[in-house]
Amino acid sequence: MLLEVSGLAIDLPSPAGARRVVHDVSFSLDAGDSLGVVGESGSGKTMTALALMGLLPDGARVSGAMRFEGQDLARLGEDAMRKLRGDRIAMIFQEPMSALNPLHRIGAQVAEPLMLHRAMSKGAAWTEAIRLLDRVRLRDPERIAHAYPFALSGGERQRAMIAMALSCGPDLIIADEPTTALDVTVQAKILDLLASLCVSSNMATLLVSHDLAVIARHCRRVLVMYGGTVMESGPADAVLRRARHPYTRALLEARPRPGAPRGERLRAIAGAAPSSASAPIGCPFAGRCPLTLDICRAQALPTVEFEAEHRVRCHRVDATGRLT
Amino acid sequence: MSALALTARGRAGASQWLGAALVAALVGAAMLSLVWTPYPPGAIDVPHKLLSPSPAHWLGTDDLGRDVASEILAGARVSILVGVIAVGIGVAFGVALGLVAAAAKGLVEDAIMKLCDFTFAFPALLSAIMLTATYGPGVVNAIIAIGVYNVPIFAKLTRATANGVLAREFTLAARAAGRGPLAIAFDHVLPNIAPALIVQATIQFAVAILAEAALSYLGLGAQPPEASWGRMLSDAQGWMYVAPRLAVFPGLAVALSVLGLNLLGDGLRDALDPRLKARG
Repeated sequence: MLLEVSGLAIDLPSPAGARRVVHDVSFSLDAGDSLGVVGESGSGKTMTALALMGLLPDGARVSGAMRFEGQDLARLGEDAMRKLRGDRIAMIFQEPMSALNPLHRIGAQVAEPLMLHRAMSKGAAWTEAIRLLDRVRLRDPERIAHAYPFALSGGERQRAMIAMALSCGPDLIIADEPTTALDVTVQAKILDLLASLCVSSNMATLLVSHDLAVIARHCRRVLVMYGGTVMESGPADAVLRRARHPYTRALLEARPRPGAPRGERLRAIAGAAPSSASAPIGCPFAGRCPLTLDICRAQALPTVEFEAEHRVRCHRVDATGRLT
Repeated sequence: MSALALTARGRAGASQWLGAALVAALVGAAMLSLVWTPYPPGAIDVPHKLLSPSPAHWLGTDDLGRDVASEILAGARVSILVGVIAVGIGVAFGVALGLVAAAAKGLVEDAIMKLCDFTFAFPALLSAIMLTATYGPGVVNAIIAIGVYNVPIFAKLTRATANGVLAREFTLAARAAGRGPLAIAFDHVLPNIAPALIVQATIQFAVAILAEAALSYLGLGAQPPEASWGRMLSDAQGWMYVAPRLAVFPGLAVALSVLGLNLLGDGLRDALDPRLKARG
């Protein structure tokens, strides 16, 4: 077991006092495995990713455990955490333009973690950076290394970001919406690249996305989050084909389908995502769910496991996975 | 691009070149005075006092027969010395404090900023007078007084612009790569705020020249026989009706230097601000 998260909860400071944005999230990840975290904005998926990196905003409080190779990241000091970041755990950000320093050459930015964690000399790190840029299949890596971020296209920049994340050969890569800022054809290429790199170097990936299709294609397992809570989790195949949770089903129905009749409108989920200040107990989806009963609002969510590792948190789903 | 925009841009270009030329003249005068002046600065020659400008004395002589042109050239030296060191003190301490404040946040940030406000609350000239009154008049104390006044200015500017840079994702990415706050401050934040600091330094340089002139005028800065534009103005006071040029020449030197630095600062701001450039 590379990573085991159990009972993770995150409180962010707000003018009205601490606000719980992530409730009781548990999952695990084996070396080389891939897990997709799907959810809409405000579902707590990015906060979960940042918690693993120890990069939560100032004043955030973490409870629960995040065991990475046996050591609890939540209890690790900033110095120890800094040694892990960029070395054993790396992160790829959503916006490659803003995640690269506009004033440093690409090569220098890719070389940075190598000089930091591998104590490489500037020259050796630069050579290695060019090799990494080649590995993420950038044409003419020598030229790219000398270029500044503004001179590259969005796809090239994201490849450079991946090269930076790969530089120290991490065990875990956290990718937070890595392709949201890119156009669709480039998206697929970047994700395929990431997947093949993870297989070839046995890296585990945690892919955060709001895009079910992306998760379905690139992750072995999936975690569906809503309002800071895990609603459904399991093998990607099972969750997407035999979705049990009303929220997952609503999400799947909201996708555009090939072959749908012309003029058919996309199904939207009624209502708006809850502000995390509300819903202290009960199901965060209760306000928008077509199946809501009184119990949904009144009682904490049960966890129902009905197939191998396929878990649902819903009052309306029974142990056989059927709706009651 | 419209004709109007073109002329506006052309004019902005001309003024920044004028600024650069004036600053170059100031620096040139100071350098020249190190190797050559028409007469030794400070050399008293009473028989030739209060002469009008002539080929022998381009800008005439003062009440003690000192050659005004030589004094002005040598005075540029003091102005630049004061400007460089006073701004240097402001940048060195101010930028460091501002970066620490922005990187540390919380209590440390509050404490540093409150300290800056506290320093700011005293009128600069008044604190300079206090300092020189306590430790004695002279160029060194004037420099220290002006430098101290510059520290909170640079600290506030650094903190504000650094916070802007720290809010950008690449600093988070740098943290994700395992870099510490100090390394991020120097490697990622400093280069990104350098343009604002350079522009501010140019303007503070002008302020420092003015402040030195004011302090020397009050007798708290450069002491005779040291050449200083402020001291020359002060000496000229008694001869205003007899030889007003004695006040005009050093006054012009101060005014043109300050104008030049301000124009250069404006030009640099335009040149270094990518938003203004993109609009052009």
